[in-house]
Amino acid sequence: MVRRIFSSPLTLIGFILVFILLFLAAFAPLIATYNPLEVNFSNKLQPPSSAHIFGTDEVGRDIFSRIVYGSRISLKVGLLVVVISFPVGTMLGAIAGYFGGLVDQIIMRLTDIFLSFPGIILAMSIAAALGPSIENVLLALAVVWWPWYTRIVRSSVLSIKNAEFIESSRALGAHPFRILFKDILPNSIAPASIQASLDLGFVILAAAGLSFIGLGAQPPSPEWGAMLSSSREILREAWWAATFPGLAILFTVLGFNLLGDGLRDVLDPKQR
Amino acid sequence: MTLLEVKDLKQHFTINKGFLGKKTTVKAVDGVSFSVNEGETLGIVGESGCGKSSLGRSILRLIEPTSGEIKYKGKNITDLKGKDLKDLRKEMQIVFQDPFASLNPRNTVRDILEAPLIIHGVGNRKQRLEMIENLIGKIGLRKEQLSNFPHEFSGGQRQRIGIARALTLNPKLIIADEPVSALDVSVQSQVLNLMSSLQEEFGLSYVFISHDLSVVQHISDRVAVMYLGKIVELAEVDELYSNPQHPYTKALLSAVPVPDPKQKRDRIILQGDLPSPVNQPTGCTFHTRCPMATAECKTIVPELREKSFGHWTACIHV
Repeated sequence: MVRRIFSSPLTLIGFILVFILLFLAAFAPLIATYNPLEVNFSNKLQPPSSAHIFGTDEVGRDIFSRIVYGSRISLKVGLLVVVISFPVGTMLGAIAGYFGGLVDQIIMRLTDIFLSFPGIILAMSIAAALGPSIENVLLALAVVWWPWYTRIVRSSVLSIKNAEFIESSRALGAHPFRILFKDILPNSIAPASIQASLDLGFVILAAAGLSFIGLGAQPPSPEWGAMLSSSREILREAWWAATFPGLAILFTVLGFNLLGDGLRDVLDPKQR
Repeated sequence: MTLLEVKDLKQHFTINKGFLGKKTTVKAVDGVSFSVNEGETLGIVGESGCGKSSLGRSILRLIEPTSGEIKYKGKNITDLKGKDLKDLRKEMQIVFQDPFASLNPRNTVRDILEAPLIIHGVGNRKQRLEMIENLIGKIGLRKEQLSNFPHEFSGGQRQRIGIARALTLNPKLIIADEPVSALDVSVQSQVLNLMSSLQEEFGLSYVFISHDLSVVQHISDRVAVMYLGKIVELAEVDELYSNPQHPYTKALLSAVPVPDPKQKRDRIILQGDLPSPVNQPTGCTFHTRCPMATAECKTIVPELREKSFGHWTACIHV
């Protein structure tokens, strides 16, 4: 299994990128060379050098250290959004698919309503209504994200719910919820969990986007999207202030995508 | 003693054709009556699509019968609900056709066999394990294989696991829905012999559904022949195979291969295909393909009548 995952060089690159992100987040205080919030006006807008490898921003903060600490925020948002929306979406999808009828209609029409808005717009309005903070972005994204899992799980439940081993559990007198948790979910959750691993990257991107337009993390928080936003005005004098947070977002999203694609190839032989 | 009694059972399915399409009714089982005695095996044969499997599932209440009556030990079970229905599950069980689809691929054999005991709250962990270990010996597997997953077994072994699962709750009646159709011939006899010996040991009754006439002949005490949701002939196994009355049964039996190239055979070749159960022919549903059909057959619906002792036929010309 492990060997098959890494037989593809792209998957290996994805894994390395994700590993670097996890490493940075875990050991941020040891890796960062400066305090990410420390302001030093005499040292502002320094280009990359041996003292500040990614340069300094408009108030003299070390950009490398800010990116390292920012990985903690991005990872937290990505993981929590998926951890909240995945179980909710999965359960609703399984219930809709297995019980069918009116329950199915209600749940699926609800997901249709959520999916008919562009996710980022809906998240924007929720985050704006709740007030700008990274916690509210997290909540807004979780509210927007679950319908995807509902859709995926429902369709895989539909494909197995008439299998003979399910019928056998019914013939044995198993409670519908036992059948749902013991027979149906374990056999229909794989596609949704692959989607979840791909989504980590997209959630981080969406959170950075919301912070960029000022609805998420507030200055002086070293969130990557917020860093991009504040470096916008000084782009002509200091290219490094926008470039490095941007690259951090790029490689993070790329890493999760490559890893998720690799997982899909391994877990679903039909896609090959 | 009569264990199971089915009276005029009907299982109709309604299909919606498209968004504005008409509703049509498929009469999968259309007025079937029979009984099964204790310790007996009733074979049910028929072509694909004649309603054999629907009949089995309907008896088990896996699908709700449209009308009719099912009696188990003299008690009407057609409308049982909740706990009563759950208790009934202990009494009758099912063995499925496809040994690859009938076991949850993510569970070990131990999980699969323990599930029925957990569902019905039988014993504690240790007692349950003992029961399972005892059972797995009876189907010819070793204790160490309990921690294996279904994909690690052959088709025959899987089918035996399926049989063991059906037996965990000590049922009296097993509906076997084409239990050997998916297996190699050599493995078929193994599974059939296992079923026979388990029948003796536990005093089981079987309703054995199959399209394979020789398999049914081998295992059954009595045999019912189904055509388009109806029983057309029902008799003791030897009587039915040696003295078939209904033209459909005769045609079926003449199609059984005989391993003797010299024997002269008069094969009755049926014309046409099995009519769609949506648009059933009028009168006797078999008249479109029957070599003996007359004008009357198009109008008169033949009743299942007892022609000689225990030999029932539904044909106006017999």
